[in-house]
Amino acid sequence: MSAPKKDHVGGWHKKLGAMDRMRGLAKYTDDLELPGMLHAKIVRSPHAHARIVSIDASEALALDGVAAVITGRDMPIPYGIIPWTQDENALALDKVLYVGDGVAAVAAIDEDTANEAVRRVKVEYEVLPAIFDPEEALRSDVKINPYSRKGNLTKEVELEFGDVDGALAGSALVIEGEYFFEGTTHAAIEPHCALAKVDPDGLVTVWSATQVPHYLHRELARVLELPARRIRVIQPPLGGAFGGKSEPFDLEFCVAKLAMITNRPVKLLYTREEVFYSHRGRHPMRMRYRTGFDADGRITAVESQTTLDGGAYSSFGLVTTYYSGQLLTAPYGFGTYRFHSRRAYTNKPACGPKRGHGSVQPRFAMEIQLDKAAEALGVDPIELRRRNAIAADDLTINELRIGSTGFLACLDAVERASGWKERRGQLPYGRGLGVAGSTYISGTNYPIYPNEMPQSAVQVTLDRSGRARIFSGASDIGQGSDTMVAVIVGEELGLPLEDVRVLSADTDLCPVDLGAYSSRITLMVGNACLNAAQELRRKVQGSVAKRWGVEKSRVVLADRQAIDREDPSRAVPITQAIEWAESEHGLLAAAGSYNTPKDRHGSYRGGTIGASPAYSMTAHLAEVEVDDETGEVRVIAIWCAHDCGRAISRGLVEGQIEGSTYMGAAEAVLEVHAVDPAHGGVHAGPSLLDYRLPTALDTPAIHALIVEAPDAQGPYGAKEAGEGPLHSSIPAIANAIYDAVGVRLDELPFTPERVLAALEEKRKRERQSPREKLPLVAQAAEAEE
Amino acid sequence: MLRMPRFALESPETLDDAVALAARGARLVAGGTDLLPNLKHHLERPERLVSLHRLAALRAIALDGDTLRVGCGATLTEIAADPRVRADFPSLAEAAGAVAGPQIRNRATLGGNLHLDTRCRYVNQTELWRSAIGGCLKSEGTVCHVVPKGQNCVAALSSDTVPVLIALDATLVLAGPSGRREVELAKYFTADGLAHTLRQPGEIATEVRVPRPRGPRACAYVKWRPRASIDFPLVSVALRFDLDDERRVTLARVVAGVLGSKPREVEVPATVAGKRLGEVAALVADAAYAKCKPLANVPYDPAYRRHLVRVLTRRAIERLATEPAPGGP
Repeated sequence: MSAPKKDHVGGWHKKLGAMDRMRGLAKYTDDLELPGMLHAKIVRSPHAHARIVSIDASEALALDGVAAVITGRDMPIPYGIIPWTQDENALALDKVLYVGDGVAAVAAIDEDTANEAVRRVKVEYEVLPAIFDPEEALRSDVKINPYSRKGNLTKEVELEFGDVDGALAGSALVIEGEYFFEGTTHAAIEPHCALAKVDPDGLVTVWSATQVPHYLHRELARVLELPARRIRVIQPPLGGAFGGKSEPFDLEFCVAKLAMITNRPVKLLYTREEVFYSHRGRHPMRMRYRTGFDADGRITAVESQTTLDGGAYSSFGLVTTYYSGQLLTAPYGFGTYRFHSRRAYTNKPACGPKRGHGSVQPRFAMEIQLDKAAEALGVDPIELRRRNAIAADDLTINELRIGSTGFLACLDAVERASGWKERRGQLPYGRGLGVAGSTYISGTNYPIYPNEMPQSAVQVTLDRSGRARIFSGASDIGQGSDTMVAVIVGEELGLPLEDVRVLSADTDLCPVDLGAYSSRITLMVGNACLNAAQELRRKVQGSVAKRWGVEKSRVVLADRQAIDREDPSRAVPITQAIEWAESEHGLLAAAGSYNTPKDRHGSYRGGTIGASPAYSMTAHLAEVEVDDETGEVRVIAIWCAHDCGRAISRGLVEGQIEGSTYMGAAEAVLEVHAVDPAHGGVHAGPSLLDYRLPTALDTPAIHALIVEAPDAQGPYGAKEAGEGPLHSSIPAIANAIYDAVGVRLDELPFTPERVLAALEEKRKRERQSPREKLPLVAQAAEAEE
Repeated sequence: MLRMPRFALESPETLDDAVALAARGARLVAGGTDLLPNLKHHLERPERLVSLHRLAALRAIALDGDTLRVGCGATLTEIAADPRVRADFPSLAEAAGAVAGPQIRNRATLGGNLHLDTRCRYVNQTELWRSAIGGCLKSEGTVCHVVPKGQNCVAALSSDTVPVLIALDATLVLAGPSGRREVELAKYFTADGLAHTLRQPGEIATEVRVPRPRGPRACAYVKWRPRASIDFPLVSVALRFDLDDERRVTLARVVAGVLGSKPREVEVPATVAGKRLGEVAALVADAAYAKCKPLANVPYDPAYRRHLVRVLTRRAIERLATEPAPGGP
């Protein structure tokens, strides 16, 4: 066979739908308009914690153009993405739990009327004590979430592998550190939006900017008390999600309920402020780490204690709490390991999954611990990481079966591309290089609700026009999953991308896929699609072979043709080949599905959480410049090498590497998602003016380096690329700051105030014991002065 | 999406018509990049807006003898790019070019930027957010969250061009129902964040007049913001040094913004006279530090911002000392 064509696996592809987006033609949810459509708005709480004494909607209902007002009582069944922690209501029942919690919803003829109706809904509150600190919440008798079973503890996980205390006692070096990762949010540019209509026959259709149509479908059925067959969920093109749309939100229930009550279509578009309130972003985590090393720098023990600040609801918190420990055990081998993580309710917007769910925070701590150890041991930080790297097919300390790993190749790639060997230690004071590594899952071995059905499925049909159609449940949230399945079908059937149609994320028309989260789609949907496409390919090959009277293996499908491998002058157009196959078999349709292997994790309680069919590997190397008078950090460049197994579409993988690395760098230096306890727990600034995303001018040069260590579990060897390349971006920057000016930043983000304070602290220390522990670079700079 | 309150819109084509409409209590729109977001936050609910967009006469930039006349309708993009402004008043070009981002500068005008409403982290928020803190002096409440027990609103003057124009001795021409008047910008702003200019109802700012330098001069505008674009200034200092032929300081003007609603003129020690720029950098920076005490009215720690006043002022002067003075005859 010849080298892969640019259209096929491993090539560069024009992302499906990209031109529509570029030209403004894509129809996002808010672009949809239906005849007679009403607009809905949600009445939100100004209090962080209060009992609802009464709700009087009479003045709102009296307003011309107001069609309906609903409250929590209209949808009293609680829901939650994790079946064991269903602790939220579409609208508050008896209590509001944070500033911005939904209390009532109105539907009116236009947005202005709906807003005016919101102002007229009179809610009487009895204000309750609010708690914003997770440790305080865990100590307090004030119970925040009414469905909670253990006070304000939403989840606690404690797991130990081996004799940690013994290993620490016997270690040549023990590094202790305390780290704090203040939360961040997704800030997808498209706000959440949902539209619902009810057909005369009772079918409720909900269009939503969601990344989990299937879970939304299930929860709508539960809360609306309708059979799932009477609900259809459609996900239009999405303007970003990053985990912020991976569970049901109040607006989806509200538009559906209001449409059922009014018998008119109802739409609700969040304001940017509401996007911040719905949140589900990265958990603030306070993490205490002790890491033991032997004299050669091998990790003998890792011990951590982590407090997760969960906000008002559980969301994915059960999983997050496990992930805060379970996902740390690669790419380095641990001699022994113990983690203890507790997640608390607080009166804040609920935290959940953001790109790199649960493991970005501990990775920040871990990689700084390694950097501190490298310095203490006098070992090059890249070399220290090499010494600890696990090998392909290793079992981690917590019994995860690692398949392929290209981690060493990732380290080599960033070392070479950045000029680390030549430049490290040679840069002037104020400029530095830092390295970090990480790993991430390619989907979770077990679905969110226990079942043995496939996690992913697609149907592929092929017709005599020479066109393939893919019905895929996968949610293309911008990551390019539609393109991914089209590339696979094109590869298998010899079709260019333009001949492949993809219809996705419509629960009436497409098979079930669990959604775009945990970086599962390329591996799972890709495998399902590959199965279906190969079945069709075999049928077409067989029919052609029969006509030619040759062995099936001689028939190759490529370039819109069926070609005889041994006599390439014999070829027919693919349409002819399909016609032969369709004549022989009837409609050419194949269903492919994928389920995970169940033998790649431990059998202890919790051992399945964190287990994945395959793991991606990443290394980041950052170069920074620190202004030691202002404390400002400028990230000049980041090299990111990411092992995605096999790049099915190189441009999309590079895009994910760049986007992830950018997002990590943003969290490192700018982004903070917090509330203001001094002002009743209001959000610190729920707008894109106050929540600062780096502009193009603030963005470092990002060098995306693709590393491919094919994994037997992935389609063509592919693993994930959407989340892994975020993790080590952050600690690489922290380590580079240390290299530049000799201060450790163990709290995020690295704001100029914080950096300056650390520098002043260091100067104070040095005045007391001059030159004692100065890093070499700083000593050199001093000598020059 | 946030919705604006309903309003009527007028687009007069003559200044007289605009003044007549303004006199009837309409709200002026001079670009709208500040006003419209504030309307979305329902900080005001004007019944009638008067756009000055069609008053072409207000857009001119002209040299008139020893004076540069900049129409209040000139966009910040036009001012930042104007060769006469860049030659004689580089700090004005710098300040105009540092406002927000390119798209906003294409719409925003000088008149609008001079009259940018004061800003505060407790004010420029949505209605719901403000209701959660019970409002404040500048919105729906009766207390100040920046200075508890404070009786005056201390919302921050966030215009980039105001400190610079004050340092350059600019005047502002206003047209009103009873004719025109010219006021010194240095005396135009007050320490009341609720009404921080002396513009009278019905008056429209038409032109800024800036006297051209009579000799060598070095000017700079210091702006600190967390990002390299978009953000309002969280620290701002305008610097102007008139120099003699030996490049020794004859006059120093230092004007700081963002502290409260009134720009602060920092008195510079007389000892700077006769010294070279490089020699006065620390002295002037220390004076600015002593006189400027930022408040928590905008994000980022006030003590840190105060520190930046000193560092960035000193650096700007050091930079000026190494550059040949632009402009001047």
